Formats: sequence, structure tokens, C-alpha cells
Amino acid sequence: MGDSSEAISNIERKRIMELLSKGKRLDGRGVKDYRKITVERDVVEKAAGSALVSVGETKVIVGVKVEVGEPYSDRPESGALTVNAELTPLASPSFEPGPPDEYSVELARVVDRGLRESKAIDLEKLCLIPGKKVLVVFVDIYVLDQCGNLFDASLLASVSALMSSRVAEYSVGKGGEVEAKSKYVPLPFRSYPVSVTMARIGGDFVVDPSLDEEMVADARITVTTDKDGNVCALQKGGAGVFSVDEVLEAVNVAIEKSEELRRNILEV
Amino acid sequence: MVSKARKKLVGKARGRVDGRKPNDLRPIKIEIGLLKRADGSAYIEQGKNKILAAVYGPREVHPRHASLHNKALVRCYYRMASFSTEERKSPAPSRREVEISQVIKDALEPVIFSEFYPRSMIEIFVEVLQADGGTRCAGITAASLALANAGVPMRDLVASCAAGKVDGQLVLDLNDVEDKEGEADLPVAFAPQMGVVTLLQMDGLLSKDEFDQTFKLAVDGCKRINTLQKEALRGKYLAVGTTGGSGQGERGG
Amino acid sequence: MLFVESRQWVIPGDLLAKGEYTAGENVYKDGEGFYASKVGLVDFENRVIQVIAVHGCYLPSVNDLVVGKVLNVGLSEWVVDINSPYKGVLFVSGASGRPFDSRRDELRDILDVGDIIIAKVLEFDRTLDPRLTIKDRGLGKAESGYVVKMTPTKIPRLIGKKGSMIELVKNRTGCQITVGQNGYILVIGKKVEDEVLAVEVIHMIERDAHTSGLTNRVGEFIGKRK
Repeated sequence: MGDSSEAISNIERKRIMELLSKGKRLDGRGVKDYRKITVERDVVEKAAGSALVSVGETKVIVGVKVEVGEPYSDRPESGALTVNAELTPLASPSFEPGPPDEYSVELARVVDRGLRESKAIDLEKLCLIPGKKVLVVFVDIYVLDQCGNLFDASLLASVSALMSSRVAEYSVGKGGEVEAKSKYVPLPFRSYPVSVTMARIGGDFVVDPSLDEEMVADARITVTTDKDGNVCALQKGGAGVFSVDEVLEAVNVAIEKSEELRRNILEV
Repeated sequence: MVSKARKKLVGKARGRVDGRKPNDLRPIKIEIGLLKRADGSAYIEQGKNKILAAVYGPREVHPRHASLHNKALVRCYYRMASFSTEERKSPAPSRREVEISQVIKDALEPVIFSEFYPRSMIEIFVEVLQADGGTRCAGITAASLALANAGVPMRDLVASCAAGKVDGQLVLDLNDVEDKEGEADLPVAFAPQMGVVTLLQMDGLLSKDEFDQTFKLAVDGCKRINTLQKEALRGKYLAVGTTGGSGQGERGG
Repeated sequence: MLFVESRQWVIPGDLLAKGEYTAGENVYKDGEGFYASKVGLVDFENRVIQVIAVHGCYLPSVNDLVVGKVLNVGLSEWVVDINSPYKGVLFVSGASGRPFDSRRDELRDILDVGDIIIAKVLEFDRTLDPRLTIKDRGLGKAESGYVVKMTPTKIPRLIGKKGSMIELVKNRTGCQITVGQNGYILVIGKKVEDEVLAVEVIHMIERDAHTSGLTNRVGEFIGKRK
């Protein structure tokens, strides 16, 4: 994912595939195991909400800002949600400063779909004056250290940041003025989407691919589920292919693992 | 935006807006080598500032034609995260960020032995996660440590601090409110061993005497921050068998 | 006059000495003073002051043994990653004794992108990229094994006095270990478990390079695991 500057060595590729054929991985994990995950919330007080997530050595920080703005013309009674991702040049020798490229856009859009389709935030509750003024929620993802699996780390950080967010309550005056009250409230949540990314290496799958595994993989699949275990977003990436059975199996694994993540990491 | 009835920012009894005395630095916390991919990295908290610096290099130059035949090309990018300020900032670089990138590079390049690595590139990235005044100074302080962590050969560390005038009083290490509403802000970067100034900027209005005092105050602040830089480096490398360690903050003064 | 003790931690800009000395690695002279240019341990030998740095990139030296990864196949040469700001260049003449007919397919038959090689630095100055060779004995393509990365400044510690440390690791883990001066180390073991152990030991040596009693602790560590 954006890390194409240097290919992995052939003997390492061989080593990874040999181990996988025995159900083992380079770092000793099982094929369905996640690396150690830590979540720190409210790390940026000036933001409405924020979270710093580590998955193994991968580090992603998300900040949430909420502002009063205009609704989309096709959704006049709904608040707005905007997700942006920056693959900062701090995170990898192959990330360059500059406007979002196809990798950061894909990351932002996959996280966006997970949040939007699961209706994580009840956007209808963010309408102040229909057709005129709504709350706009900005979710800004900053990748700080790319060591594999930015998708899952970014969605975990985004949901955690949204969960930690506190926004002002607004009152609407007779003349249509909107004023922020001094009371701060959480965002209205309806679901807690979690994504599970799997890489396909030869005919084997690994959950939560490390950087090395991503470089060897011929394809990846990210499955996002809501808190009821419904599938709400999917993304296949990489130039390789999946069989029908592989897709079905991947979704099963994702439902199982996302339940664990929701319980242990998000604690919902 | 100045409100009609402006509160005095400095009161004799209360001290500065955040309770500090005129010569107090904000509390500082430093962590070194926290990123895995970067060749060197450092994180600093200075008051509410939260800034991460990373270094890549010396490495191959991109694009090739920018290569210098006699020394390394030194580049710096200073960026503020969109959530780092009160109002959300667009992720695209502003003119201010472009200017600050340049002055940070000019603050650090004089101490780097770039002549040891011709036809190569050293890149410094500063990402502000939360901003509260004096981010270019804290950014330089962290970047200097990131360079040391990366093993880039240098003549000296560079420490940076601002001083200024707020409500008629000369103060050290201005926070955001003091910077915006005060009468003068003077950021300085200093290489203590070489005894030279590598960054100097000012905006505001100061008499000649006030300037002399403020400038010396800022240089003194740099020296104190340099002590914290050295503590942080020793803390990281002296602990046997660990990769952790952070410098302790300084309160009062 | 010395201002520091041997094996003391120093940082860039620290004044080490004044007077009749010679500046060694990572030390620079300014006026009468000798100063450190990197974070590390200061060391004196005769009147040469040097700093054993904690971190630093690899600068090739003629005759260095290096482990590299092929990045690119050109018309008559390969471009090799040797963990340096300067990419290594391996010409066909440095790879094969046979006369060469400039067709790309033949080059890929010898070495392809992603191959790991053990090579020697033939030539290097900072105006040209380093030239490599794989023609001598013990050099060539690696068919299996694992490549560990370590900061090049700690390679001497991994090797040890007269090779004592690396021999200990090789013997006790039963692995073939080729230590590149450039910080890339090729580990080949009969079993994957042996390789995994050797890699852990190498990381341990890198982490504790500046401590004393390391040789004993390495021996103990391996003893517990084998």
C-alpha cells in the first residue's frame, strides 16, 4: 500500500510462505491473531475527540472536529460526515509530502464507508435547521508509522476518536441564529463498526498483516461489520484474485474477529 | 480577534494567563526514538504543544536532478494536523507552514555535517498534533533530537525558544493567547556549544532596550531547553537493555 | 587535556579534549577542541579520540563484505540495496567469468530483483556509486536463510574481538552467519528454530551493545533456549 519503493527479498518471501504452509507466521502469531493493540483516547484536547491507536508497531492518530455548516443538497435534514486520511511522510520512507494519492484516498473512503453504512453516528440527530444548518463532523486520519494494516488501525482510531468526542449543544433562535451552549455532549452513536483485514499469500490467509506480509501478499480483503455482525462494507485490494469460497470464508473470519475487537478494544 | 473588554494577560498577583512567572518555561516532556520506520524520531510536549519530528536519511535523492555534488540536500517539512488548532485547518499546506518549513531547515542545516554525504538527501518532518504557540521552536527542539537519534553527524544540538512582550512585561515561552494578543514575539534557535544563533524572527514592536533584554531572555530559554534535550538523550541511551526513557519537565525557574 | 572519561556517554557538541590528539570517527576538531558529532561512547586509543556511535548510516569502504538485495536489473549491471545512501552497482564483469552478450534475459538468469547477495566493495568514492563484486570465494547469491538488519555502527560489537562474539553465536546456534559491514546479516540454519534463535540473539547484542558482560549473557541466553 504505497510502499512500493523496495520489494521484499526472494528468500524472505520463500520463508514467509514456507512458514504459512505450516500455519505459522514470522512473528510467531497464529494466522487469525492480531498484534498487540493499544488505544489512547483524548490525546488532543483541542480536538472535539481524538485517539491514538497502535496495532503492533503501526501507529495512527485520528482527530475529530465538529463545525456548523450547510447540509448536502440531497440530504437536507442530515448532519454531514467527512473523512480524510494523510499518509504522513513520517510514517514510511516511501510516503512523500503532498496531496492525497490513491492510497490515502482509498484508506479514507474505506473508513468512510465503514462509518457511514453502519450508521455509526446518527447523522439525522445532527440537524439544526433543515436545509440550512447542520453539524459537520470531520474525521482526520494521520498515519504516523506504517508497519502494516492501516485499514483496521484507522477505523479503530476513528471510532475511538468519535466515541471520545464531546460537542457543544446548540440552540436555534427565532431568527435562525444558531448558538453553542456551554454544555458539551457526546455524539449520537448507533453502531460501532470494526474492520478486519486479511492478506492472501499463496493460498493462505493471514489476519492483520504485518508490513512484510503486506509486501508478499497478492491480494487483501477488508470486511467491515456493524455491532450486530452485519456486513456493511467490503474492499478488495491488490492485483491478485479470490475464489468465491475464499471470500465467504474471509467474511466468516471477519465476523468472528470483529466481535473480539469490539468487545476487547472498543469495549462495547 | 480582540474583544472589547480585553482581560489583562499578565496580573501581578495572578501571574500570566496560565499562572506562570515571566521567566517560566512551560512544562516539557520528551520522548526519543518512538517511531519504527523513521531513521530517527522525537516527540515533544511543551505546555499544550504536541509535536512529532522524524528524520529520514542520509538516503538517495528524489528527484535525481536535485542532487548536490558536494553535500547532502537538507529538506524540511513542517505541517499542522487539521485538528491541531481551535478551528479545523485544511490539511493542505498554508503559506505559513511553507515559511516555517524553510526557517526550521535554516535553523538546523548549519550544524549538520552535510558535506560528509554528497549526492544524498536528509529529510526532516515536523508534524504538529496540537498547537498552542511556539510550535516552530518546539519543532526545532524535537527535530534536533530526531537528527541525533538518526545518527546524522552534527556539530551541536539546536534548542529553540521564544520570548516576547505581553501586557508590557517581557516574558519567556509565549503560549498561543500570549502570542496572538501580546505586543511582540521573538522566536530564537541556538546551538549552545557553538554559541551561535540559527533562527531569529520577530513580529511586534520593541524598543532597543526591550529587544536586547528579550533576545537574551530567549537565548537563555534555549540553553535551559538544551539541558532538557541532553537529559532526554541520556535517559534514552543510558538505560541498559531498554529503548524507552524520557526527559523530565522543568517547572518554575 | 581530557574532559571526559573513557566509555562515557557523549552527545553532539560535547567537548571531549583539548590539545595534542587526533580526531577519530565521529569526532571533529574546532580550534583547539575536539568535539563529538554523534551520540555514543567516547573511546581513546593512543592519542586518537573516537566516538562509537549508537546510530548511523553505512558508508561503503573498499574491501568491505556486504549483504545486499538486488533492486533493479539494468542492461549490463544490477543495482543493489546495501543499506547506504549510495546504491551498490554490480556489473556483469563482477558477477560472471563468462564473456557477456548484452541481452537482458541473460542478466536475470544470473541475478533477479529481490535476490540476496554476499558481495565485496571493489571501489567507492563519493562521486560515484560503490562498485561491487561477487566473484571471490564465499560470495554470491543466497539461496535461503533470513536477513537481519542492525545499525551498522554496532557491527564490530556483533563480531567481537577477533570474531569471538560471532563465533560464539554461530557455534551455539549451529547457524551459518554472514555479517555484512553494512548492517545486513544473513543467517542460515538447518532448522527454522535455530535461525529464529540466532536472530533474537543478534537483536539482543544490538540492544545491549554498550554494556559489559554481554558475551556471558549471550551464552546464558542461548543455553536456556537450546
